[in-house]
Amino acid sequence: MGVLENTFDENVLTTTVDRIVNWARRSSVWPMTFGLACCAIEMMAVGCAHHDMDRFGAGAFRATPRQSDLMIVAGTVTFKMAEAIRRLYEQMPDPKYVLAMGACATGGGPYYKYGYHVVKGVDRVVPVDVYVPGCPPRPEALIDGLMAIQAKIDRERVIRKRSVSA
Amino acid sequence: MDFDAIADRIETRCPGAVLGRFGAPSKDPYVRVAPARLVEVMQVLRDDAELGFEMVVSIAGVDWQRWEPRAPRVKKDEAPPPEPEQPPRRFDVVYHLLAVHRNLRLVVRCACDDDDAPAMPTLTGLYPSADWHERETWDLMGIDFTGHPDQRRILCCEDWVGHPLRKDYEFPKEYHGISAE
Amino acid sequence: MSQLHDTGTIRPTGERELVLDVRTQDMEINMGPQHPATHGVLRVVLTADGEVVTSAVPYVGYIHRCAEKIGESVDYKMFVPYTDRYDYLAAMNNNVGFCLAVEAAGGIEVPPRATWLRMIICELNRIGSHLIAFGTYGMDIGAFTPFLYGFREREWMMSLFEKICGARLTYSYCYPGGVWNDAPEGWFDELLRFCDVFDRKWREYDALLTRNKIFIERTRDVGIVTAEQALASGWTGPCLRASGVRFDLREAQPYMFYDEVSFDVPIGRGEVGTVGDCWDRYWVRMAEMLQCTRIIRQCVESLRKDTVAGEVKTEMKTYRVAPGDAYVGIENPRGELGHWVLADGNDVAYRLKIRGPSFCNLSILPEVLPGTLIADAVAIIGSIDIVLGEVDR
Repeated sequence: MGVLENTFDENVLTTTVDRIVNWARRSSVWPMTFGLACCAIEMMAVGCAHHDMDRFGAGAFRATPRQSDLMIVAGTVTFKMAEAIRRLYEQMPDPKYVLAMGACATGGGPYYKYGYHVVKGVDRVVPVDVYVPGCPPRPEALIDGLMAIQAKIDRERVIRKRSVSA
Repeated sequence: MDFDAIADRIETRCPGAVLGRFGAPSKDPYVRVAPARLVEVMQVLRDDAELGFEMVVSIAGVDWQRWEPRAPRVKKDEAPPPEPEQPPRRFDVVYHLLAVHRNLRLVVRCACDDDDAPAMPTLTGLYPSADWHERETWDLMGIDFTGHPDQRRILCCEDWVGHPLRKDYEFPKEYHGISAE
Repeated sequence: MSQLHDTGTIRPTGERELVLDVRTQDMEINMGPQHPATHGVLRVVLTADGEVVTSAVPYVGYIHRCAEKIGESVDYKMFVPYTDRYDYLAAMNNNVGFCLAVEAAGGIEVPPRATWLRMIICELNRIGSHLIAFGTYGMDIGAFTPFLYGFREREWMMSLFEKICGARLTYSYCYPGGVWNDAPEGWFDELLRFCDVFDRKWREYDALLTRNKIFIERTRDVGIVTAEQALASGWTGPCLRASGVRFDLREAQPYMFYDEVSFDVPIGRGEVGTVGDCWDRYWVRMAEMLQCTRIIRQCVESLRKDTVAGEVKTEMKTYRVAPGDAYVGIENPRGELGHWVLADGNDVAYRLKIRGPSFCNLSILPEVLPGTLIADAVAIIGSIDIVLGEVDR
């Protein structure tokens, strides 16, 4: 046992900075209202009473990129929209995450072959953290994708050792 | 009022403007109008006391470049079905009209004179709703509506190359650095 | 170009008048393509003089998914899933519209039981679509509760769809020649139970929003569209009816078996303001939902007669449609959805034109927005109830 033992009163927990920061971040992932197409309706359904994304701390949909942590790309990305997506992504403060929801955002989906105006996957425009398949994905699938984001946040390190060579 | 009565009415009001009437195998019979007389015919269709087509429901461009109709198989004792009209030029514009109060529909087709730079007089002066339909037809089919007040691309990006619904359209390889393959 | 306005000008905004006592300058506001009140990816560039909109230029195409090109590249039955995706709030209606057009062009027969089923799902989807319109419109105006209420009943509706076709949002249930599955056992009983519950819940929605003082103040006499304007702009559906024109394709040009059921066509009467204002458009949709349950009950009754028993399944075969063309317009929740199929004798359409009602309804914006307040612009766009997937197709 370490030096901290019996130093504090009984109602104090000790943990690491990484864990407390990650716990705070994962419990308040604020998504941006970024509905593009059909998947947006399922995203709205997840936000509503029946599926209730708020249970996972991600129910506060923000209408501006400057207040959001997570961009759920819900729908087909077209060339006309690509520039706006990139700009919105750049306006989000770090740390930021992107979830590609549905087949279109993942890889063009049904528009892959004849969709001359469709970007074949949003990862050609912005980096993507989690892909959720489906056309559109069920609400449960989107919640699963959100939990994958949270698992990713849990593994992050806030404090690093300074590298020796520097 | 049936189709023939409507066509008769147009012919009385604008003699010589109707180039032909076509029925089967089209489920909706249509009249073919000379492009030079189009605006005049539409004016009559909209304002005539007996017709009153208030609304242009849709404007569709057709590219006939690869049109090779394939006759259906028929049994020996059956008469062959009627053949569709042979398209006069490469591009057609098809107008679907609706008379809301009289509950009538009419289809008007009009062939563009020039195959390389197809053009058609605009209907925006008569029907405000034709504005977006004509922009869409310009964007996707490349038919120039002469006299249109604001003919820009509407659906594709403004610097898009080509007109996608043409039969000889080639799909883009990349756009603004984003690969499209 | 920003223009300077002198003091003391009076600008009419609908019924209201504003007196400006400062020198003002035009300002350009870019609304969208990512904006919560545009219901998707619509972009409107507003020029505003203070709070008053002086001009509005809509830009669409941010979700142009090439439906017409795909329609002439894949065969008829393969195109059905794409029809789900242009008006994704009323996917069943789109399925039916496309199938009716192919069936008309190819002379394909549909068993009566399948037609009754199609009517049921069309009306059920109309309820779902209007529920979203109700919920999001409440949210546009500033009330969040209708949104939660609307989605609650919608979940039940979606579970009904899931039982019949396995999907929640994009159904692909109808194919040329019929529907691909009969209703499972007990489905009709649950459907009737849904209708009964829905009629009761409808009163809740009505009490929540319809006569709400704030809601009425925000919507009455705002965005008035006269019947002449509506017709000239190509409006159809609830928006046209709200302007006082009684035109419903189900009644005027009956398709399927709509001539065998009885229902009312609600039209705008200017109950709280002027005919054709935002409140009327809202009210027409609300009143239509009750008619939907009424139609569904009649359909189930007809369907349960012995005469329409039998197979509904389509073989999902590839049809070769003889050279020719057909245009079929059906009454979608947003207006006339038209499909024009031009066939050349192969199993792929030579040309497919889709006439989206939202596309035409939206084109009126440059005409109605100038002269209104910026907050009213949101109310007007919401009242037209557009689906951008169908505007851009």
